[in-house]
Amino acid sequence: MPLSARIGSHKQKSLRQKFVDLNWFIVFIIVCVASIGFAMLYSVAGGSIDPWAKNQLIRFLIGLAAMIFIALIDIRVWMFLAYPLYALSLSMLVVVDIMGTIGKGSQRWINLGFMNLQPSEFMKIALVLALARYFHCLSDEDTLKLKSLVKPLILIALPAVLVLRQPDLGTTLLIVMGGIAMFFVAGVRMWLFIASFVAMIPAAFGAWQFLKPYQKQRVLTFLDPETDPLGAGYHIIQSKIALGSGGVYGKGFIQGTQSQLNFLPEKHTDFIFTVIAEEFGLIGGLSLLTLYFILLGYAMIMSMSVKNQFGRLLVVGMVITFFLYMFINIAMVMGLVPVVGVPLPLVSYGGSAMLTLLVGFGFILSTAIHKDTSIPRGGAFA
Amino acid sequence: MQPSDKNKLKTYTRRASLLSGGMMLLSSALVGRMYYLQVISRSQYELLAEQNRISMRLLAPKRGDIVDRNGHPMATSTTDYRVNVIPEETEELQDTLKSLGKFIPISASDNDRIVKASKKQRSFLPISVANNLDWKTFSNINVNMPDLPGIQPDVGTSRYYPEKELAAHIIGYVGPVSEEELTGDPLLELPEFKIGKNGIEKVLDEKLRGSAGNSKVEVNVLGRVIRELSRQDSIPGKTERLTIDLDLQKYVANRVRDESTGIVVMEVHTGEILAIASTPSFDPNDFNNGISQKKWDSLRGDIRKPLINKAVSGQYSPGSTFKTVVALAALEAGIITEEDTKFCNYQYRIGNRIAHCWKKGGHGRINIVQALAQSCDVFFYDLAIEVGIDRIHEMSARFGLGERFNIGIMSEARGINPNNEWKMGAQGVKWQLGDTANVGIGQGFVSTTPLQLAVMTSRLVNGGIAVRPKIYFDDEDDGITIPGDMGISLKNLKLVDQGMSDVFNHPRGTAYAHRSRKKDYKIGGKTGTTQVTRISMAERQSGVIKNEEKEWIERDHALFIGYGPVEAPKYAVSVLVEHGGGGSAVASPIAVDILEYMLDRDLIKENEQVGGQDI
Repeated sequence: MPLSARIGSHKQKSLRQKFVDLNWFIVFIIVCVASIGFAMLYSVAGGSIDPWAKNQLIRFLIGLAAMIFIALIDIRVWMFLAYPLYALSLSMLVVVDIMGTIGKGSQRWINLGFMNLQPSEFMKIALVLALARYFHCLSDEDTLKLKSLVKPLILIALPAVLVLRQPDLGTTLLIVMGGIAMFFVAGVRMWLFIASFVAMIPAAFGAWQFLKPYQKQRVLTFLDPETDPLGAGYHIIQSKIALGSGGVYGKGFIQGTQSQLNFLPEKHTDFIFTVIAEEFGLIGGLSLLTLYFILLGYAMIMSMSVKNQFGRLLVVGMVITFFLYMFINIAMVMGLVPVVGVPLPLVSYGGSAMLTLLVGFGFILSTAIHKDTSIPRGGAFA
Repeated sequence: MQPSDKNKLKTYTRRASLLSGGMMLLSSALVGRMYYLQVISRSQYELLAEQNRISMRLLAPKRGDIVDRNGHPMATSTTDYRVNVIPEETEELQDTLKSLGKFIPISASDNDRIVKASKKQRSFLPISVANNLDWKTFSNINVNMPDLPGIQPDVGTSRYYPEKELAAHIIGYVGPVSEEELTGDPLLELPEFKIGKNGIEKVLDEKLRGSAGNSKVEVNVLGRVIRELSRQDSIPGKTERLTIDLDLQKYVANRVRDESTGIVVMEVHTGEILAIASTPSFDPNDFNNGISQKKWDSLRGDIRKPLINKAVSGQYSPGSTFKTVVALAALEAGIITEEDTKFCNYQYRIGNRIAHCWKKGGHGRINIVQALAQSCDVFFYDLAIEVGIDRIHEMSARFGLGERFNIGIMSEARGINPNNEWKMGAQGVKWQLGDTANVGIGQGFVSTTPLQLAVMTSRLVNGGIAVRPKIYFDDEDDGITIPGDMGISLKNLKLVDQGMSDVFNHPRGTAYAHRSRKKDYKIGGKTGTTQVTRISMAERQSGVIKNEEKEWIERDHALFIGYGPVEAPKYAVSVLVEHGGGGSAVASPIAVDILEYMLDRDLIKENEQVGGQDI
C-alpha cells in the first residue's frame, strides 16, 4: 500500500501555506486576552512591570511560540504521539507522587533547576490526546458498547487518582470533567450520563471522606463564608466586596482600593478577575468574557467542519479544559463555587497553566489547519 | 469520507451543540452573578470597601493652660522633643541605634526594650527611643538624619508646671486615664492621653481638655496609613484663669520656708482667694511621667505630710480666733453690750471642774472689746455659757464654719460646727455645759480649716456680707452675683473689729509686740493656739512645760487670722503653723508680713497711678 493510502487522503500543505492558513484573528484575540493579563499584573504591582508583568510577558511569548509550532505540525503526528505522551505524563505524575511521599505536604512539581515542571498540567493535554485517539479508533457500534468504556475510564482514573493524592482537587476535577465531556461528544449513550449522575450523589459522600481537612474547610466555608470572616471565608468576602464596589464602570486603572491596599488576597493569581472587575467594573468583566466567548465559539464551530474524529475530539477536549478553567475561576471569585485554586486562563500569573492553555490552543489551531485531513480508523500511521 | 465517519460527525455535531449550549448556560450564570454583585448589591459592597480602607484617627487636643489672675502660667503644655525608631526603615536596627548613641545615651535596658518591641509589633510602627530631649540634642539629631536611617524625630506635648511645688495643691496634676475613668469618649482611650487627677486639673478637666479632632486616613490591610483623606483639627482646651496672685503665692511660700503651714489669703469683698499655700509641698511634674517609688515613699513618709493640702483639708481647733464668733453671738442675742464687763481672776469653775485663763493672775474687770484684744479665757467661758451652744452654733454657721464651699480644690474638709445634735450623733452623749465653755474659747469639739477661717475673717470685716470663696474665674458666672447679707448689726461687727484691731494696736493686745509699724495703715487680727496635747494636772502643778521643750509633734498649733487695712478692710488672711507653738509669736508675724506685702504693693500702685495722671 502506498504511503499516501496508509496515512489517509489529503492535500499535503507546504509549511508556508500552513502559516498563511493559521487563524491569525484567533491569535490576535489570544494576544488581547493575555494583554489584559499584563495590564492587570502591572496594576496589582502598584503600577510596575515588576515583579509580575514582565515575567508573564516572557512566558507568554515562549508559550505563543510553542502554540504556533504545535499548530504547524501535522495532526497525524500528534495522533501518533498521543499514547506515548500520555505514558510520559503518567510516569512524571508517579515520580511526583513518590517525591511527595518522601517530602512533606503537597508536592505538585518536579524541579528541573531552571523551572518547575508541573506534570498535572501536561496530563490535561495528554489525556485529551489519548482519549481523542481512543474514540477516533472506535467503530460506531463499539462506541455504544459498555465494555469499550473500560479502557478510557482507566485512562481518566489513573491520573485523577494520582493528582488527587498530591492533593490537588481543582486539577482532579478538571481532568475528570474534561474526560467526561469527551465521552459525551464521542457519542457514548445518553442514559449512561444520567445514570452516572444519579450514582454520583452517594459517591460524593464517599469522596468527602477522602478529602484533606483544608479541602473540607474550603467547601464548608464556601457554603457559609460569613462563619469564618477572618479565616478561610475572608478570601471570598473580600473578593465579593471588591467586585461589588467596582460597580458598572469600575474604580479605574490602578485605582482598585481592595486590590491596591491588599485587602484582596492572591490578587495576581487566582483572584485577578476580581481586580479586573473592581478596576473596570461590569464592563471590564463582560469584555473579557466576550473575548473568551469568541475564542471558544470559534473553536466549537470550526470543529464541526473537521473531517477527522480525532481532530474534533481534540478540539472539544481543549475547549472544555479552557472553559472549565475560566468558569471555575470566575465562579470561585464571585462566590458561586468553593475556592479550589484554578487560574484564570491566559490572565493569571503563572507559567504552567499559561503554557497548558497555549499548547491546547496550538492543537485547536493545528486541527483547523489540517481539518481536511481524513484519518482512517486504524490510526495515523497504522 | 467514510460512511461511519459521517455518522460520527452527525453525532458529534449534535452532542457538541448540546455541550456548547451547556457552556453558554453556565456562562450566563456568571453574567447574572456579576450583574447581581456589581449592579444590584453595589452600594452595599461600596460601603464595605470604604469601611475596609478608611480609618478614623483621633487627634488629641492641646490641653488648656492654667494661669494666675494676671495671666502668668501655672500649668502649660510644653513641646516634648522625642525620638522614635521605625524598624522597617532601618537597614539594621542595631546599627541605627549605635549611630544614635553618639547623640543621646541609650542604656542597655532601653536597647532591650526596643529590640523586644521590634519583634512584637509591626515593623512600620514607631518605637519610642527617648523623650524630653533638649532642643540642641533634638536639632542635632535632625541635622544628622541621613546617617540615621529609620530614626523619626517627633514632637509631642507634655504637661509642665513651671512653678513646681509652689501651687501643687491647687493645680493638682495629670495622669493616664484609668479603667474607671473611661466614659466611652474615644479620646480617653488614646494611649498617650492624660486627664486631671487632682486639684484644678481634675475639677476643671472637661474645660481644659478641649475637643478631639480627627483625621480620616486610607489604610491598607495591615493598617499602614497610605494617605490622609481629610482632617478636622482638634479644638484646644480653654485657658482657665485662677484668682491666685502668683507673686503673692511666691511671697508666702518664701516666707514660711520649711514650716508645716496652711495659709489662705482672701479678698474680703469678693471672696477671691489670692494665695493658698500648704507647705511643705511636692513637685507635680514628678507625677506626669510617673513618680519614682523612692520619691513617693519619701513624700508619704514625711511627718509634715506634703501630700495633704492643709489649707483646705487640715482641720484644727480655731482656738481663740473663735472668740470673735462667740462675742458676736452674745452681742446679737443682746446678752452683753459694750458697757458690760466681767471679772477674770484666772480661775473659772464649771460644775466640779476648774478651768484656767491663759494669764496667771487674771485680767481683772474687762469689757468685750478688751476681752477680745487680750484674749481672756475666763470672760469667754462665762459668756459662752450665757449664750448657749445653740446660738454659738447658729452664728458659726453664718460665718461658714462647718460648711464645705466646693471651691474647686479636692478633698475640702467640712470641719465641725458642734451642737447637741451633733454630739448625740457623733458620740451618743448629751451636750454638757463644759463643752460649751470649751467651745467658747475655740477648743473642744469645734474644728475648722484655714480656708474656713479666712472666710470667717472676711465676713467679720467686710460689713457682714456672706462672701463665698472662689479660686477660679468662672465664665458662666457673670461676676455680679452679689453675696447675701448676713443680717448682723454693723454696730456689733464694729465692736468685734475694734477688738481685733486692739490685738495689735493696743498696748495690752496679745500681739502688740508683732504689730505693723507702717504709718499708712493698721493691721488687725486675732491670735489662736490649738492645744495638741491636753495639759495634765501634774504638768500644771509642776509648771506647764514650755512648747520649745516639747517634741515637735507634740507642740501646739499656732493660729492667726488677720486683715488689713483696719481703716477699710481689703484682705483677710488665715495662718496655721502646725506645731508652731503660740499664735502670737509664730503665726502673727507671718500674717503681718503677708498683709504688709499686699498693702505696700497697693500703695505703690496707687502712687504710680496718681503720678501717671500728673503727666
